[in-house]
Amino acid sequence: MSKQDGIATAAEDSDVDPILRIRDLTVRFEMDRGTSRVLNGVDLDIRRNEIIGIVGESGSGKSMLASALLDAVVAPGITDGEITYHPPTDEPIDVLDLSEEARRQFRWEEISMVFQGALSSFNPTMDIRGHFEETLEAHGYPIGPGIDRAAELLNDLYLDPDRVLESYPHELSGGMKQRALIALALVLEPEVLVMDEPTAALDLLMQRSIVSLLADIRDKHDLTMVFITHDLPLVTKLADRIGVLYAFEFVEVGETEAILRDPAHPYTRALLNATPNLDAPLEEMRPIDGSAPDPVNVPSGCAYHSRCPLATDDCEREQPRMESVTGSHDVACHHWTEVDEIPLTNEVDR
Amino acid sequence: MSADETVVSLSGVDVHFETDSGINPFADPETVRAVDDIDLEIAENDVVAIVGESGSGKTTLGKTAVGLQKPTGGTVSYRGQDISEARNWFSKPEIPFSEIRRSLQIIHQDPESSLNPHKSVRSSLEQPLKKWQTDLGPEDREARILAMLERVGMSPPHDYAQRYPHQLSGGETQRVALVRALLMNPDLILADEAVSALDVSLRVEMMDLMLDLQDSFDTSFLFISHDLSNARYVAEHAGGRLGVMYLGELVEIGPVEEVLQNPQHPYTKVLKWATPSLEIGDSTEPPIREIDIPDPVNPPSACRFHTRCPNATTYCQETAPEPLSTDGSDRRTACHRVDEESEYWQRSPLEGARLDR
Repeated sequence: MSKQDGIATAAEDSDVDPILRIRDLTVRFEMDRGTSRVLNGVDLDIRRNEIIGIVGESGSGKSMLASALLDAVVAPGITDGEITYHPPTDEPIDVLDLSEEARRQFRWEEISMVFQGALSSFNPTMDIRGHFEETLEAHGYPIGPGIDRAAELLNDLYLDPDRVLESYPHELSGGMKQRALIALALVLEPEVLVMDEPTAALDLLMQRSIVSLLADIRDKHDLTMVFITHDLPLVTKLADRIGVLYAFEFVEVGETEAILRDPAHPYTRALLNATPNLDAPLEEMRPIDGSAPDPVNVPSGCAYHSRCPLATDDCEREQPRMESVTGSHDVACHHWTEVDEIPLTNEVDR
Repeated sequence: MSADETVVSLSGVDVHFETDSGINPFADPETVRAVDDIDLEIAENDVVAIVGESGSGKTTLGKTAVGLQKPTGGTVSYRGQDISEARNWFSKPEIPFSEIRRSLQIIHQDPESSLNPHKSVRSSLEQPLKKWQTDLGPEDREARILAMLERVGMSPPHDYAQRYPHQLSGGETQRVALVRALLMNPDLILADEAVSALDVSLRVEMMDLMLDLQDSFDTSFLFISHDLSNARYVAEHAGGRLGVMYLGELVEIGPVEEVLQNPQHPYTKVLKWATPSLEIGDSTEPPIREIDIPDPVNPPSACRFHTRCPNATTYCQETAPEPLSTDGSDRRTACHRVDEESEYWQRSPLEGARLDR
């Protein structure tokens, strides 16, 4: 395993060392009124040891992506495509083709996840130590060293391990529970941590505090992190790269700096301009016109064309393919070269 | 602002809750000081935004200001009428409580649970008109409801009026709640985290709508949020004030631009740090000594922020700062650092804190 590759900057796809390679990933639900594609042919490489932020509105498919990464899409949802996991030493694993037992081990031990409704993930009748012991036992890990590791993780997250381990969930605040859950997700030393809106129910100070701790945790434990959120500014200081989801597909993927300074997709620009900010002039904050499409009736061609100021007839007819803007910055837009016609109103600080 | 009449005035307001001592009847009940000795005046056409963490008491303060929560100390008055007194019908209040109730409205954080799921939008909105505008006939009522729905961008209004709450998106439900509040012709609307549950891209739109309506209906707003950038957006557009709450106390309040550009209380600076901006680069350590807010049951002594404050000295553990106006303006800050002469500057910093100017 080479850490350099994971955080390589402008490398070509073939040079980077992906820990997860996603190809043509589709999740669909058959419904009375038609097929609902809540993820539509998504391609993405997640690089080893990177923190990638996945950003999208409600109903853009971002939570489905998280579930699909662990092959945890609930029935009657159908997952198609390829997800290949490259462990540090062993042979690559086809995630969507695991036996039940192998999949049980794969989750938690290789890829671990913190869900959105995390505050209700704890069993109210069991203390926090019980949750750690149960998880360790279920995966055949020795309890003693496991609890030591749990204590260390809790300590890294600014929690008092002795107090928290002996507490029941109701005795902890929302922010404490959320951090305890992150520690629980890491206790089996997974390679990848997927977090779906891990801080959404918390107040801003707690959100920012947790985000700043995650960066330290990544460095200390050589983790790869996938951070899924609707809140773009929350991840800009944390993420190495950002992927923007719109209508169940990626419209733009690139280094955080490129996404913020030279966003190439009109939707990314709209998203940045709609972000309330303490410094931006008030007149220049604009809501995004229109609403996100229905998964049964995604507009033809480019799904964003009905909301896009640059849209032409082409956009209605033909779906844009991912093109390279610069080295590792990709965009799916027919008119990305003209995107400067939509001015950016938010200043980007460094 | 001083020319306008005061709508709601809070003076020395306390809201203390006694927590149940559980199964031991001999244990002393513990007191949660959700709101502690707060003064606040809200004028006509005024917009006041209150920010603070979970557990800072901002919701309790809001509910007390609109008469939904009885203060345990101090007075809350509506146009000079003590609200607690008005609740007693035999006290012969000058303004009856029902009138106060109508004039002070609230929009909640969770719009879905504020509408009856079994009632269509039309029948939810008819209710307040039937009760308070008895002179309106069915056609007039219908016309007003449709006009208001159209006004908040729910078009075609006939279609929306027939819908049930589950057929509306989060943003649409919140608009219906806003219309319902406005149909009462209120003087003050408490918007308690009214945009927090919405997607980022919808928040600006909803806040614009609230500001637009505030302007055209001459309503005052008390806007409560944990998000400084939302509070700033609303307060700055309306030329209003920003108040910062910490563990039941209002630690800083003033015109929104001044508070944000030159925050005087260290806690205001912490909230500013926590407000996401589009920044690249390494995330910085939180500028607080403890991440978790202390238990409001037993808040720290003297200055309540001293356990987390990056600049606390031993003086902060002993003496509570009084809200001070530094330059004679209507800006007040409760921190020893505002006072150049304070003994604070002679003392040694607490562990982990730094005494810098």
